[in-house]
Amino acid sequence: MFKRILIANRGEIAVRVIRACREMGIESVAVYSDVDRRALHVRKADFCEYLGPAQASESYLNIPKILEAARHSGAEAIHPGYGFLSENAKFARACREAGIVFIGPSPESMEMMGSKTKARQNMKKANVPFVPGTDTGLKNAEEALAVAETIGYPVMLKASAGGGGKGMRMVTSSKELASALEATRSEAQRSFGDSEVYIEKFIESPRHVEMQIFGDTHGNVIYLAERECSVQRRHQKVLEEAPCSFVDPDMRRRMGEVAVQVGKAANYVNAGTVEFLVDAKKNFYFLEMNTRLQVEHPVTEMVTGIDLVQLQFRVAAGEPLPIKQEDIVLRGHAIELRVYAEDPDNNFFPSPGRITRLISPSGPGIRRDSGMYEGWVVPLDYDPLLAKLIAYGENRTQVINRLRRALVEYFIGGIKTNISLFRRILLHPDFQAGRVDTGFLDRLLKEPVQGDARTARRMPIVALAAAIFAQQPAPGAQPARNADGLHSATPRTAVSTDNGELKPSGWKTAARTEGVR
Amino acid sequence: MKYEVLINGHSHQIELERADKGYEATVDGEAFTLDVAMTARDVLSIIHDGRNYEAKREYSLLGETHIIVGSERFLAEVRDPRSLRSRRAAAGQEAGPAKILAPMPGKIVRIITFEGNEVEAGQGLVVVEAMKMQNEIKATKKGKVTKIAVKENSAVNAGDLLCIVE
Repeated sequence: MFKRILIANRGEIAVRVIRACREMGIESVAVYSDVDRRALHVRKADFCEYLGPAQASESYLNIPKILEAARHSGAEAIHPGYGFLSENAKFARACREAGIVFIGPSPESMEMMGSKTKARQNMKKANVPFVPGTDTGLKNAEEALAVAETIGYPVMLKASAGGGGKGMRMVTSSKELASALEATRSEAQRSFGDSEVYIEKFIESPRHVEMQIFGDTHGNVIYLAERECSVQRRHQKVLEEAPCSFVDPDMRRRMGEVAVQVGKAANYVNAGTVEFLVDAKKNFYFLEMNTRLQVEHPVTEMVTGIDLVQLQFRVAAGEPLPIKQEDIVLRGHAIELRVYAEDPDNNFFPSPGRITRLISPSGPGIRRDSGMYEGWVVPLDYDPLLAKLIAYGENRTQVINRLRRALVEYFIGGIKTNISLFRRILLHPDFQAGRVDTGFLDRLLKEPVQGDARTARRMPIVALAAAIFAQQPAPGAQPARNADGLHSATPRTAVSTDNGELKPSGWKTAARTEGVR
Repeated sequence: MKYEVLINGHSHQIELERADKGYEATVDGEAFTLDVAMTARDVLSIIHDGRNYEAKREYSLLGETHIIVGSERFLAEVRDPRSLRSRRAAAGQEAGPAKILAPMPGKIVRIITFEGNEVEAGQGLVVVEAMKMQNEIKATKKGKVTKIAVKENSAVNAGDLLCIVE
């Protein structure tokens, strides 16, 4: 096993990997940019290497600087986390050439899965199901009509050079097809400089379900069950769960076997995820493969009991997978909430700034993977994921209730977060019944916010609290101690929460909530 | 002490007097006896009639006060009726030119209006990038853009003036 691992990332995932290191007696090396000197991952690591300015290109995306940090710190392996360099084949190759183990798949596997057309050709060979349609451009309206006839309406016309929802048009009947094809073509020419358009069956209200796979260097590939990731906003996942309540054991086995075929076709080693679109009739279609550890990996860890990061280390060190497919048993249910620094009441604007107060949930079935602490300033230079709140329980209903309970305990002051949005999601009858698809969250956000029945009862208390607070000094001011005559439950000598000083209480509180776990 | 408190825009008249364990108070004439403990900075434990509430206070980047009870958030504004200044300040908010402020720190990536432009309420004015996301800052009222206070590629702090619509 490795003696020392460098984590080429920041935030909660760097903390997550450092924890796995510590549990296995491996020394961890954190890297950081100018704005991350005080970040939690830097505080937790055994060794720290400075990279450069805040811009990712000068720090977390800078391959020479990261390799130099690994050489200088004596790290034998690099864990890339997710995002940044995690799916960069050039980086994986540079690690190999520098004699450092990249904890992930080979650059060849990454390249193969990174190119959509290459992936499609290779997957076709492996009999992986795709959304029915053409994978090359349509020649004319006659061809479009013929293809649409065989796959059935509604169909989607898509610009080959398009992406991100642009250059697409849905067609519901043969009457509209010719004119729609013309319109999509000219739009594609204008927007992308390429008029090639292909046709695909339109999947109504699809679910986004993905399968976790794991390969080793001895030719074994297994699947570790699926995750339901349909609750998304602007293609960004917000909530994930395992298992998916829509997937039955037979479907799980079929999806898992396809995912394993995908992995084998790519000579895949280490943790990977095969994404599928699932329609209402439980047909599933290959979407793409993510060649890294996913943000939402904890829900799989909870229901399988397997520590995926530790397994990544073992496989990267050349060990065979210690488990066989038949050993994988699912137990219970898990849901993850992604806590972002963004304001759900104001167009989800990002909300960087100082965390003036942090009260974290705990208790039965709660896991929190966090990159923040009280007193820390959330920088505006990186993505807004602050923490993940994960709940585990016997069944889905218990998990939903646990999360609702935990959200009442959770308080992040000083910045805005999307915590209030989760309450709406968890209370929504469609979510509670497991009726979700990729359009669920957009529909929910269009519904008027339901006033809680308790709101009226709380109103005078809220008004009184505002007036009582108005008698208290604002944060930062130096109040006269207990001049308000209130009896304080906290001894003055303990956590200095009543004197307006941010740092001492921040360090102590963070040490309590983060360190002692 | 008498206060006028606005919760989500609704006015409440409060009278607040210190008492043994907390306060004797009235809200719009209704009497409340409260047992109040400050359990941490910006966190109050309030027991009323045996029922326990935890109230938290925080400030938005633009300086608004929010009170959180349960997992509900309320916009709160406290006015001391004796203070003329706060009343005048409150009156100034409603009429006249609208200052469009940066809701968060970031970088100006695009200006999508010009001085003299007639805009509708909700029309985009400036695009601010923060945390890998581009955010369109919109006009809060219909009117004419009389000033643009920022340049493309410049950095702004939360609360900085972006432009004025009047």
